[in-house]
Amino acid sequence: MLYFSKWKALAILAVSAIICLMVVPSLLPSKAYDHLPGFLQRKIVLGLDLQGGSYIVLQVDSAEVRKARLEQLRDDARRVLRDAKVGYTGLNIQGDAVQVRIRDGQDAEAAYTQLRTLSQPIGGAMSTSGQLDTDVTRDGNLISLSPTSTGVQARTIQAVSQSIEIIRKRIDQLGTTEPSIQRQGADRIQVQVPGLQDPSRLKALLGQTAKLTFRLVDNTMSPQQALQGRPPAGTDVLYSDSNPPVPYLIEQRVLVAGEDLTDAQPSFDPTTREPVVTFRFNTNGARRFAEATQANVGRPFAIILDNKVISAPVIREPILGGSGQISGSFTVQAANDLAILLRAGALPVPLQVVEERTVGPGLGADSIRAGLIASIVGAIAVALFMIATYGIFGVVAVLAVAVNVGMIFGVLAMLGATLTLPGIAGVVLTVGIAVDSNVLIYERIREEARAGRSAISAIDAGFTRALATILDSNITTFIAAAVLFYIGSGPVRGFAITFGIGIITTVFTAFTLTRLMVALWVRWRRPQRVPI
Amino acid sequence: MRLLRIVPDDTKFDFMRFRRISFPISALLSIVALVAFFTLGLNFGIDFKGGTLLEVRYPNAALNIGDVRSKLEALELGEVQIQEIGGDGEVLIRVAQQPGGEQAQQAVVGKVRAALGDGVEYRRVEVVGPRVSQELLSYGIVGLMLAVVCILVYLWFRFEWQFALGASIANFHDIVLTIGFMSIFQIDFDLTSVAALLTILGYSLNDTIVIYDRIREMLRRYKKMPTDELLNASINSTLSRSVITHVTVTLALLALVLFGGRAIHSFSVTMMFGVVLVGTYTSIFIASPLLIYLGVTTRTMAERAEKEASSRAERITP
Repeated sequence: MLYFSKWKALAILAVSAIICLMVVPSLLPSKAYDHLPGFLQRKIVLGLDLQGGSYIVLQVDSAEVRKARLEQLRDDARRVLRDAKVGYTGLNIQGDAVQVRIRDGQDAEAAYTQLRTLSQPIGGAMSTSGQLDTDVTRDGNLISLSPTSTGVQARTIQAVSQSIEIIRKRIDQLGTTEPSIQRQGADRIQVQVPGLQDPSRLKALLGQTAKLTFRLVDNTMSPQQALQGRPPAGTDVLYSDSNPPVPYLIEQRVLVAGEDLTDAQPSFDPTTREPVVTFRFNTNGARRFAEATQANVGRPFAIILDNKVISAPVIREPILGGSGQISGSFTVQAANDLAILLRAGALPVPLQVVEERTVGPGLGADSIRAGLIASIVGAIAVALFMIATYGIFGVVAVLAVAVNVGMIFGVLAMLGATLTLPGIAGVVLTVGIAVDSNVLIYERIREEARAGRSAISAIDAGFTRALATILDSNITTFIAAAVLFYIGSGPVRGFAITFGIGIITTVFTAFTLTRLMVALWVRWRRPQRVPI
Repeated sequence: MRLLRIVPDDTKFDFMRFRRISFPISALLSIVALVAFFTLGLNFGIDFKGGTLLEVRYPNAALNIGDVRSKLEALELGEVQIQEIGGDGEVLIRVAQQPGGEQAQQAVVGKVRAALGDGVEYRRVEVVGPRVSQELLSYGIVGLMLAVVCILVYLWFRFEWQFALGASIANFHDIVLTIGFMSIFQIDFDLTSVAALLTILGYSLNDTIVIYDRIREMLRRYKKMPTDELLNASINSTLSRSVITHVTVTLALLALVLFGGRAIHSFSVTMMFGVVLVGTYTSIFIASPLLIYLGVTTRTMAERAEKEASSRAERITP
């Protein structure tokens, strides 16, 4: 137990030193860090609770996905039946299905065959699962189309992927450093943005669907009349964003939508000096907008964002250039944000914020200070106690624990793990528990010596017997840490990481470094009796 | 230099006889803990209950708590807790979960911000919606149970079943007492508390196993020794280690409690209770004496060891 070949001793020292040194890149200023070769560019990330920032979890509501799918099915069914020149009545959404009644019983079977083409295999045409995203059933003249739950699930997952892309574009515009956007489970998106003072702007940017449409205003009836009676077919009453909201009667038909925008920029109206958003259409959008404006000179059209009328200007002349501006008594920031939203594109479905945690930079700095002080005080107290109890062996224990802590941070850096305040607590606790391995060894050595063994034989036996116990007791603690890592999120996971790594490094130092240091001491002093 | 020696060599405390006192005490404390849990309940934080938490600071300690209270009560947000902390003009505001789904929770922060006006530093804002809080709670419970089961299985493989069962009962006792402590003192019960409970579990087991390891070793070596004498000897011979480790962990935890900051204060206090007061006591006074009731005697263990040895021998020599 006490014999180490020269190579083995060197290997132990080298491994410990290298792991400890992995922490160095994390300590470098960012300029020096950027010059490091790629394999050294690994560092500890400070958790949001230490550096300040926002953690936001967004959820795609599968009910919304289903709703969007039903609306899409309704529109598709209308198109299919129209193309097939089949007469129908009462095409609408009934609960979980789109229902339509075919006028002529003779057409029903043909219509059924046509409508069944709307049902697509899940995962695209290449999919082998054979499951369809829509159930189409016929009962006499009544045909109903209902999205299957697996179909809605697949669409939810797809909506999450699309949303992540769009959110990334939106957040990149904020100019913050290192935002992280990840999928969480099937229907959630986890957004972490460090170093943000006020997350309300971030949340406003994330929470908006930003579905932009240009539609004509219906002038055949005043909005008040429409509200009292029935709005004409193919129109909706929508409200303005202002306070109090003003109702408008808007055609359902969309002239041009946000997808056809190529660019949007905040700027100022040259005459009114008001903040506005200027935009440009792509070729397709420009052509359609030109046609629509040519045909409707003198009529108002509405610019609608998320079902709210932003403005409803009158078309004075055909707009042929494919660009325009949106004015809606914006503040500079609002114009800026709208431009960001339009450039990034619309979310496929609305997202809900289900969890938010924000820590201001002031509290983060306080936490770092508190964690640092607690670590230093704890370490010094434990070190003094160990030296008072075990003398020279206490010094060995303190050195081993110091290397142990260095290795924890080294491993954290190698993994690129996140250090949180509970994570620091995990390190402090490891210091308390790591010395336990030394205590176990030393107490065992004392016992063996008291049982009458010579110093060297007692030390040897002490290590042999204690190491088995150390392994046993640490594996159970490690199981607890692993479970914690598995179930935990955020700060708790940060604790589990440092605590878990701490257990491994503790076992490593007990088996190698402590043993090596004691062996060297024995060789140097050739003790006649155990010094503890 | 004379070295510090807290526990003298060759102690001969009769821990086994002490079980006639420690078992009733533990039973009583467990009952108190359960009663507290079922009457007072746990002080669930927003992680598990949903709702909004804001930590704000008024610069230059210009805090008028009555003013804050009246401003927030005017918002009619239901149950609102306002608590002055630190003394640096800091207030902790807790708003209960609002009726009306996820969106309604999000509106709270905006309302509070509008009510308190500018010139206030928002140090921490947490909003947990009803869906997430439900999930976190079930994760927490599942996690605790999963940990207990995993550890049990490991112990069962590594030791005899009596040891696994003894360690589990002792652990359950630790968790019950700690939860009782948290409910009596109404310490915030949130995700970090689950972390604290799991750590207490891990640490207490660590301690128990050190003693069990020794008991197992002694069982193999002294086949004729009476069982309670053997258990006593095992505990006494690891006593010095138990106490010294106890001191080092206490020192580390004390540093966390005193200097670790408020963000982890309830975590540190809970650990202090669970590890320092309960964990070590359990290993010595509960886990080890339990083995007698579970049928660990020097004779059964010796017989089993012989049987194993002979069956191994049979396999080797055909």
